[in-house]
Amino acid sequence: MSTIDQPTRTAALRLVDLEVAYLVRGVPREVLRGVSLEVAPGEAYGLVGESGCGKSTTAYAALRYLPANGRILGGQVFVDGVDVTTMSNRDLRDLRAKRASMVYQDPGSALNPVVRIGPQVIECFTLLGQSRSQAEQCALQALRHVRIADPERVMHRYPHQLSGGMQQRVVIAMALASNPKLLVLDEPTTGLDATVEAEVLDLVRTLRSETDAAILLIAHNLGVIRTMCDRVGVMYAGKVVEEGQAEQVFDDPQHPYTVGLLNCLPRRGVRKDEMLLATIPGTLPQIGTPLPTCVFVDRCHLATEVCRSDVPPVVDLGAGRYTRCHHADQVSALATLGRDHGVSVPESHRVVLEMREVSKTFRQQRHDVPALVGVDLGLEEGETLGLVGESGSGKSTLAKTMLGIHSPDAGGEVAIDGRAVAGSTTKRSADERRAVQMIFQNPDSALNRNWTVRRILKRSVTKLTGLKGKQADERVDALAESLKLTQRHLDLKPRQLSGGLKQRVAIARAFAGDPRIVVCDEPTSALDVSVQAAILNVLAELQAGDRTSYLFISHDLGVVRYLADRIAVMYLGRIMELGTTEQIFAGPNHPYTEALLSAVPSVDGDEKVRIPLSGEIPSPANPPAGCVFHTRCHRVIEGLCEVTEPEIRELADGHVMRCHLSVEQLETPVVIASAPSTTG
Amino acid sequence: MTSAEPLSTAMSARPAEGQGQVRSERKQARRERWRLLRRRPAFVFGSVVLLFWLVCAIGGENVSPHGAKEIGLPSLQSPNGSYLFGTDQLGRDVLSRVMVGARDVLLTAPAVALLSVAGGTMLGLVAGYLRGAADEVISRVMEAILAIPVILIGLVVLTNFGTSRWVLILTVAFLFTPIVFRTVRAATLAEADLDYVTSARLRGEGAIFTMTREILPNISGPIIVEATVRVGYAVFTIATLQFIAGGGDPANPEWGNQIAQFYNQIQGGTWWPTVFPAVAIASLVIAINLIADSIESVYAA
Repeated sequence: MSTIDQPTRTAALRLVDLEVAYLVRGVPREVLRGVSLEVAPGEAYGLVGESGCGKSTTAYAALRYLPANGRILGGQVFVDGVDVTTMSNRDLRDLRAKRASMVYQDPGSALNPVVRIGPQVIECFTLLGQSRSQAEQCALQALRHVRIADPERVMHRYPHQLSGGMQQRVVIAMALASNPKLLVLDEPTTGLDATVEAEVLDLVRTLRSETDAAILLIAHNLGVIRTMCDRVGVMYAGKVVEEGQAEQVFDDPQHPYTVGLLNCLPRRGVRKDEMLLATIPGTLPQIGTPLPTCVFVDRCHLATEVCRSDVPPVVDLGAGRYTRCHHADQVSALATLGRDHGVSVPESHRVVLEMREVSKTFRQQRHDVPALVGVDLGLEEGETLGLVGESGSGKSTLAKTMLGIHSPDAGGEVAIDGRAVAGSTTKRSADERRAVQMIFQNPDSALNRNWTVRRILKRSVTKLTGLKGKQADERVDALAESLKLTQRHLDLKPRQLSGGLKQRVAIARAFAGDPRIVVCDEPTSALDVSVQAAILNVLAELQAGDRTSYLFISHDLGVVRYLADRIAVMYLGRIMELGTTEQIFAGPNHPYTEALLSAVPSVDGDEKVRIPLSGEIPSPANPPAGCVFHTRCHRVIEGLCEVTEPEIRELADGHVMRCHLSVEQLETPVVIASAPSTTG
Repeated sequence: MTSAEPLSTAMSARPAEGQGQVRSERKQARRERWRLLRRRPAFVFGSVVLLFWLVCAIGGENVSPHGAKEIGLPSLQSPNGSYLFGTDQLGRDVLSRVMVGARDVLLTAPAVALLSVAGGTMLGLVAGYLRGAADEVISRVMEAILAIPVILIGLVVLTNFGTSRWVLILTVAFLFTPIVFRTVRAATLAEADLDYVTSARLRGEGAIFTMTREILPNISGPIIVEATVRVGYAVFTIATLQFIAGGGDPANPEWGNQIAQFYNQIQGGTWWPTVFPAVAIASLVIAINLIADSIESVYAA
């Protein structure tokens, strides 16, 4: 069922009815249930889907690089016309060395930590049979090719001395060493900041025009796939359920699962008071579950008798598009399926929590490292304050200082309801403690794995509210109910729950004592989009009910835009800009915010001028003089920004920023000359 | 490896049904661990050897062919059909003495492990959780103890306080505490960084609750392994100290004591009263270490 008519050139990658299973206690459990796809030379093909749907397995199977318990049960894999499934080990090694390469998610672990960059890159070329001196020249060339400005210096570094973005550049340089026909990228930017992600993606895009390597890109971020790929395949439970040109699939999805996936995302600037996010009911089936007919039938809004009795046909939609659905003609109706109305919290403007002149300096190896500098922030009742910035900008330190995990430096204070509270949570009163609670990023580490859910919740209830016995039990039941946890869930331990359920438990725990303020530290970044949507809805609903205030830390600006009423942008421990969500997204913005906003890959395909942030975020131990952002700013005023640190000033009602530039200057569009990146 | 990850998360996300099923699942996990253990030849071999010594220790003179202190058999018989391990110069059956000698070591070694694990766990939790000054002080003291050779401390204590069983147990437990401490401290440090500990602080839990109820259950794996390993080393160390102290009642069949009594006769060709207790020590230490290794790898899996 090739979707390309009679390929004129040999496809770089062709999968034919590939079936892969993992042996679990000797029993094969099917992960890929007949995957067929084709990537033409020079083409970029993206695979999307939730975790567990078989994306990564497909990527690994393409190079026959399965874990020890992985088995190819059927089908064929052709790389550049050669069948990989029947290849001898020696040929396979040769293929991986010369014709196909792979880039993994975590560049830190793809590089050998005890070997300098130079030898590692050079090795790629000596393996291709080059002499030592030739290889060295090629290595320098390869590093220059991935836009590393001073390759000689980088070659002498160890991996840990490079930033994540630089590491990923090196890995890409190594992957391209053999001038491969096929480049498999498995979540290449997942662990990176949005700004670095944008840089790496820019690089891959440029490299594509320079080499004829075909790309198979695996990513859970739909925006990344949209901006990078020509064609996409949507995977569910080990099958490609829809395939076609990227824009067409994302703008006019034709499979119920694709529709569901896209509806989960807060798109086109939608906000919580307009509508709740759509979710996909149910969960992904376990691997190995027999799914003889339609794989998506159990979670589909359109499912009928025929979906359970017959294998769905491959519906050809023309232009190389197909969908596997019995009801392909009804799918478009799903996209506009009535969604729940949004929730809104009546405005009150009562400030529940205030940070006044809060600074936090850590002492590291006899050096003062200022992690927070002069933060003034008020949180109103029932509002959500979004907190954004690259990693290392001080978001978490701000949150932890608010919570009393860190005590602020002398001179600053945290006040709840206008009364200053002790810096450390242990010195705060029980009521002050219950007022501020937290939801963590990773529910796996946030829940004690040896405790049952019931014990986790009950302990928080008794400790925070003082309720005992039956009353505490009732409160636990009420909490569980408000988060749609059943009695059955209460008796389980965290590891027996899915990621979404675990996060619900963590949320229930944070709400055990009716907090006034809840700090949410990237609560959905470890979750799939459908689960993320459900969690965001829950957070919005809880807030509407209790008028709780949120400090919402996230790197996903789409999510922040959906949930936050105001947004604070942090850089090097300072708040650079603060305003309502409308103000931040409408501009004019601080140059740093401008760069952050331009870095987000959009699922909706709107074109933006990318403003690259040159260099790395400077070390907070040694912040630049003048405006701390001037080293990376694209609008520097020579002679002013490097000398004088700008004061916070108000642009409009409630919209403040730290910048010397006038509103008119900030509103002029920037002209970007592409510059090679430097090391940091 | 990487592609196996979504698989394992998918597996762990399996919802279970009802409370009854939870209990059965926990039981199933234990049964599964036991099944994995039984499949390891090292574990089976170690267990058989340990079981043999346990029977000897519990049965004592009821299972040994002769009494441990019974004299008057033909003296200095080399191993033969009627005296498998031979007899010593006082006409005592070496096999019987080795068998009965197991009782002493199988009482003292677990006691040593228990005490050192209790002490090391307590100190390790405190140092790892509180960090800062408490950690510095405890860690330096522990390192100081580790820095002095075991034999030296043992010798000083035993010559001053005698070689009674309790002195021996307390001495060796004292010497082992820093080793357990290091393991527990490292595990606690890693665990205390997890967010559930932060969450406990945010709801105002005290240090003792956090250490014993939140952290301790999550580091029980390494502690169990450490305890098993300590039993093995305790057998060895106790025998060593008994040998060095040498001055125990010659009638007592402790293995170290036997070796101390007769090792100077090896040159004269009378090897059996020395070698058999030595082999006994080795077999017990190896058996326990095999068991410990198996438990460790099953816990790690």
